[in-house]
Amino acid sequence: MIRRAVRFLDERSGAAPLLQKSLRYVFPDHWSFLLGEVALYSFIVLVGTGIYLTLFFEPSTATTYYTGTYLPLRGHEMSIAYRSAVDLSFKVRAGLLMRQTHHWAADVFVASIVLHMLRIFFTGAFRKPRDLTYYLGLTMLILALLEGYLGYSLVDDLLSGMGLAIGYSVLLSIPVLGPRLALLVWGGPFPGRPEFWSRLYVAHVFLLPVLIGSLLAGHLLLVAARHHTQFGERRRMTEKKVVGLPTFPAQAPRSLGLMFAVAAVLLLLGGLVQINPIWLWGPYHVYQGTNGAQPDWYLGWLIGALRLVPSFDLTIGHYTLIPNAFWGGALFPLLVFLILYASPSLERRLTGEYGFHHLLDRPRDAPWRTALGAALFTWVFIIFFAGSADRVFVSFGVSYQAQIWAYRALVWVLPVVALLVTRRWCLALQELERLDRIRRAAEAEARGRLQLE
Amino acid sequence: MLLLGRGRRRPRLDERPRIVPAGAPDPGAEWLVLALLLGAALCAAGFIVVYAFHELAHQTQYLGLALGLSFAFVAAACVVVGRRLVVSEELEEDYPLPGHPQTQEELEQLVQESGSRFTRKRLLLSGAGAAGTAIGAALVVPALALGPFLDTGGLYETPWRRGVRLVDESGRPLLLDEIAAHTFYTAFPQGAGHEQFGAPLVVVRFAPSQLHLPAPRRGWAPGGVVAYSKICTHAGCAIALFRKPTFPAIEPGPALICPCHYSTFDPTSGGRVLFGPAGRPLPQLPLYVDPGGGLRAAGNFSGPVGPSWSGVRSRPPRNPA
Repeated sequence: MIRRAVRFLDERSGAAPLLQKSLRYVFPDHWSFLLGEVALYSFIVLVGTGIYLTLFFEPSTATTYYTGTYLPLRGHEMSIAYRSAVDLSFKVRAGLLMRQTHHWAADVFVASIVLHMLRIFFTGAFRKPRDLTYYLGLTMLILALLEGYLGYSLVDDLLSGMGLAIGYSVLLSIPVLGPRLALLVWGGPFPGRPEFWSRLYVAHVFLLPVLIGSLLAGHLLLVAARHHTQFGERRRMTEKKVVGLPTFPAQAPRSLGLMFAVAAVLLLLGGLVQINPIWLWGPYHVYQGTNGAQPDWYLGWLIGALRLVPSFDLTIGHYTLIPNAFWGGALFPLLVFLILYASPSLERRLTGEYGFHHLLDRPRDAPWRTALGAALFTWVFIIFFAGSADRVFVSFGVSYQAQIWAYRALVWVLPVVALLVTRRWCLALQELERLDRIRRAAEAEARGRLQLE
Repeated sequence: MLLLGRGRRRPRLDERPRIVPAGAPDPGAEWLVLALLLGAALCAAGFIVVYAFHELAHQTQYLGLALGLSFAFVAAACVVVGRRLVVSEELEEDYPLPGHPQTQEELEQLVQESGSRFTRKRLLLSGAGAAGTAIGAALVVPALALGPFLDTGGLYETPWRRGVRLVDESGRPLLLDEIAAHTFYTAFPQGAGHEQFGAPLVVVRFAPSQLHLPAPRRGWAPGGVVAYSKICTHAGCAIALFRKPTFPAIEPGPALICPCHYSTFDPTSGGRVLFGPAGRPLPQLPLYVDPGGGLRAAGNFSGPVGPSWSGVRSRPPRNPA
């Protein structure tokens, strides 16, 4: 049976040697190497549930009146897009399960990409020959953020519309080109032409997923071509030799197990834990807003940045050059991603270390990289956290304005603190290890002397 | 070589040296895997049964539970297979060579030599560049049909002009006498669509002594009623919060607040920014009262409405042609 299948395939493709090689491809074993796989499997769940959703969703802004089973919305004027999303949740059997699983999967997808990226960053896995792999990964992160944003925009509930208005404003705020780009994308001043919904839809269900899928394929091919990195915790693991489990048989059940586990968790979340109850927000109207609105977690850093920037537009005389939304909505993420993209070459330039690296650093092994990374991510995280100041105000009564002023200071202070503390911490850990080695050497020597006597 | 190979028969599969190291069987683990797989099958069947119900309370929850557990059982089975039934052999493999310097050189040579018959390389390259740029531009240009590109005038347009009546969401005119003090109203231009940045207004009434509008706007607030664009000048959300100074010790004065990024505007002084990110005051609409007591616009806004863009302050708002 097996021989016949293999022969059939080999005689037609000549792939037997390749197949053998990939079955015996070596995977070094470490839990942190699974974060990227979680992202991959979330993506598969996203595609699966997403296809189901497209079978019922109608991407149209034409107005209609709701006549379905959900009483609070009966008789309300809304777009066909929003009505079909509500119907998909209430009328289509398993529709709500699929929609919520899709939404949870999106949140987990971005979260696992971010954690994977942090692992790569703090272990120096982005060094040559894996810098290209890292650039593809970062690009996928940007696309994933955009894809998630477009996804929850499509529904056309009140939160969608507010998010789109903010997106439009940020695009509009780009110096000189902004108004032209915004008018092009929306087809006119906000909320734009009806065709805008077709553009949103094709981008969300076709362009971006295909782009992410292609980059994903390239990313995995590059990983396989240069092999996995390893921590070098044992002497056999060197810059020349990779040690670990073969794809088949050892790694395959583990990886499949992770895939089913990810799908299980996402389906359980989708079935049992409510997310984005669109029927509560109601349809979007330009003249409506809701208090305490929060986007999906992965846009929190942008909302925090938009809220923190003090009131000023850059003007020359009477000419507005850069309006306010640009600083937090465009410049901030641009800067963060620029630093991330530049990290491999900056590190090469600064350390003069141009060689190949297959062995990973532990964070303590590269104190400067770890400290600078800690500063960068602290900066982003504080700004992310500032986005929750309104919820803190509602829940604990701490003055919103006082919080914002505190954050405006902390945003610059805490990264410096993180830098200094992390560097000292790394050096202390190194010192501890050095002392431990000396102690053990002395003990061994003492034992040896004892035996001689 | 071939002939020699043909002479000797390949040893049978079980006679050959093993590739995957041997290990002892583990019948307990096999039973466990079987049980887990049956559990998965049972849960998946449960999903189908729950799905078959026409109307069932908590159907979404049961569906998610059934399918989720089914996958969880398969995941557990995989883990048992991986940990106890499959040999965890450790392999070593050489990392690939950093590169193939000789092939790299040959590739360079290949490309170089292929072009040896060209004598005007620079010129041809600039020709190719010109063709590439022009074709690229030609392919991009149709994208201009997506929307107005050069004409950003639409951003300045609002439906408000002198005489336009203020109406509420259902189209009923707003009368001066019906506007209560310190209450938040949303108004629209009569006969124009609601779904555009230029349309919605917030209308609030103060005691005239509370107002300190800039000098040129003295007559804009008949009876202390002020009207502002409802769209925040920061990021285009609707100003949905009105803060009355109910507790003056903390809240210094009345304010209009956008719930997206908490830009805070002062309605008593012409929409000045009090706090938050907005870089421009909220545009104010001049009002007058018609003989019937209805509120009407006395002109267009004090500035362009909605989020800001490069050059937003250069022109006043206008009406569509």
